[in-house]
Amino acid sequence: MSEKTYKPGNYPDLPPPPGTVGVYGWVRQNLFSSISNSLLTIISVVLLYYLIDGIIGWFFLDAVFDAESKIACRKIDDGACWAVITRRVGQFVYGFYPELERWRIDITFLTMFLAFAPLLYPDIPKRKWLLYFSAFYPFFAFVLIMGGYFGLQKIEYSLFGGFMLTVILGVCGIVCSLPLGILLALGRQSNLTVVRTLSVCFIEFMRGVPLITLLFVASSMLNYFLPPGTNFSILVRVIIMFTFFSAAYIAEVIRGGIQAIPKGQYEAADALGMNYWQKTRFITLPQALKISIPGIVNTFIGLYKDTTLVVVIGLLDPLGIGRAALADTKWNGLSTETYLFVALFFFVSCFAMSRYSLWLENKLNTDKK
Amino acid sequence: MTFFSNIWRNEKSREIIVQIIVLFFLGWFISWLVMNVNANFEALGKDISFEFLFIPAGYDINQYLIDYDSRDSHLRAGIVGLLNTGLVAFFGIILATVLGIALGIIRLSKNWLASKIAYWYVEFTRNVPILLHILLWHGIIINTLPHPRKAISLGDVTFLSNRGFYIPKPLAESGIELVYLFLVVAVIFSILFAKYCKKKQDLTGIQYPVFLINFSVICFLPLIAFFLSGMPVSLEIPALKGFNFRGGMHMSPELAALTFALGIYTAAFIAEIVRAGILAIDKGQREAAESIGLKPSKVMNLVILPQARRVIIPPLTSQYLNLTKNSSLAIAIGYMDLVATLGGISLNQTGREMETMLIVMLIYLSVSLSISALMNWYNSKVKLVGR
Repeated sequence: MSEKTYKPGNYPDLPPPPGTVGVYGWVRQNLFSSISNSLLTIISVVLLYYLIDGIIGWFFLDAVFDAESKIACRKIDDGACWAVITRRVGQFVYGFYPELERWRIDITFLTMFLAFAPLLYPDIPKRKWLLYFSAFYPFFAFVLIMGGYFGLQKIEYSLFGGFMLTVILGVCGIVCSLPLGILLALGRQSNLTVVRTLSVCFIEFMRGVPLITLLFVASSMLNYFLPPGTNFSILVRVIIMFTFFSAAYIAEVIRGGIQAIPKGQYEAADALGMNYWQKTRFITLPQALKISIPGIVNTFIGLYKDTTLVVVIGLLDPLGIGRAALADTKWNGLSTETYLFVALFFFVSCFAMSRYSLWLENKLNTDKK
Repeated sequence: MTFFSNIWRNEKSREIIVQIIVLFFLGWFISWLVMNVNANFEALGKDISFEFLFIPAGYDINQYLIDYDSRDSHLRAGIVGLLNTGLVAFFGIILATVLGIALGIIRLSKNWLASKIAYWYVEFTRNVPILLHILLWHGIIINTLPHPRKAISLGDVTFLSNRGFYIPKPLAESGIELVYLFLVVAVIFSILFAKYCKKKQDLTGIQYPVFLINFSVICFLPLIAFFLSGMPVSLEIPALKGFNFRGGMHMSPELAALTFALGIYTAAFIAEIVRAGILAIDKGQREAAESIGLKPSKVMNLVILPQARRVIIPPLTSQYLNLTKNSSLAIAIGYMDLVATLGGISLNQTGREMETMLIVMLIYLSVSLSISALMNWYNSKVKLVGR
């Protein structure tokens, strides 16, 4: 240690102690700060090595991407047999929608992003014009998908399937359940005893039973509750059930948001002489919805994932298509490949949704800037 | 005219009018539904009756906790299904809790690599539908595990094959009563001892290693009794007979797949809950505890966890409920739970959709509501009390 004296104001900047900065410092602090920590790192590295080694080998290196059947696959290599997917990719995406008409689905799907953009990103240029398009979009999509107008061939509901069905069910359920959920949340907080009791009963019932029983009701019992002779498509019935189910969950999330608003806000609104609907529109909802965004998006993700349950009542969503493929003797036993492929699709879309919710949360978080 | 507009302007009377209108529409809607049901049932020649519950079910169930064969009634089949739901929920909850808490803690660890692995595990698992998890695990067990003849054996007593898992079954022999007796004594002792220590700590501040002492008492007392009474437990080891194993305890591929899938899926949610619960504790609490010289383990056990528990337990219970409700997806792989027995085969055989679905829904509803009630009670009990 050398001792030196400096005149005030002349102290030189010393370098940080060795081993606290740079790559070495980072590794030491984050991976090897103590004995137990080092042990954890080593275990993780070994685990990762085997995992990545196995996954890359099975997924890509030893995999077969096209073959006649499972047996043909196994003759080529012993990794994954993706032929079950590549040979049927059209069905996985479009179900049994006629091949010549599939461009209609493509257009609907691509324009969906255009229709959602102004709703999801408030800063987008030309937002007002795009919003007109968003309002018009449901009719546009309906006509394009269903056909029957403007010389488009009419397509039966029963031909819908694959990822297209997932997106239709998911988007319809999400779009319909948000308004209903808001109404239910307001109803649950209402001063009117009858309205409150009704909302509570509805919410608790929907949250108390498994979705699958509701889908059974939709598929086999709903007709009993309608005038004799009424018959409407199973797809619509399922969407109604999804909407009810997820609206109940959304209502609970929003109720949490409403209860989190400080009482002073309501008192101020009352002092200004606002009536109930003005208070709701300008004071309650903007704040409550902002707080409950993460919960709402989580419910949406849940709903989107739950669309897979329609396979149990016989609709051909990607899982249904996959099970049909596996029932084929050519592809018998390739369940891991099939289900992993479908899982990848769900992972990508759900992960994107949760990232969007994080982004929005940060954007709307005005207190901590 | 002014009379009516006055009524409408008065808040109280307006509320009453609105409620009467709502009630009127509700009544109209319900009677409309009932009328439709009546008309439909008349057209089909059906009625509502629960007598079908007592006629023989006529179908087999491959996994049961109470005795059952196809001559038993639909009611008993339903009870077998309900118990199967309970069984898979029980195993699933244990797996999910252990895995979830471990992952939640790893996620908060200072180790960058381990925390990233836990993060990606959580993201991959919870962004994939539960039904897909169930089918994937079922497929893996059915398609990639070997036939019983080539079963993977663990020490020649436990066998994994595509017909399920076989583990040795402990059989009680005479003299086992002593072990049970000692177990009961040990449990009673631990409860009393824990109470005594708590009192002592409240009065004097002296702490005893309560957990360690109680744990060893509960473990060792029955063990001593076990050896004293000459080891009155024999193991029935599964053995290959013909095409499958006989004897031992059998876990069907469906039960195993369902347990893994539900446990692994719910663990991801529990990990996030545990993490959020620990993060919710104010940093000052930890700093204060450290500054008065508590050891890291005591900081966790005495300061962080008791507070985090309050945040963690309500969402944790709702995850348990979700797991139980998700177990109804068992029907997709043919595990005979409540929905698959009463709401599945019984429904198809008797054609009584209304009655079976009503029973199934009511059972799930009453379980959910009673657990919610329990939670509300717990919440009010542990709520922060201002002094």
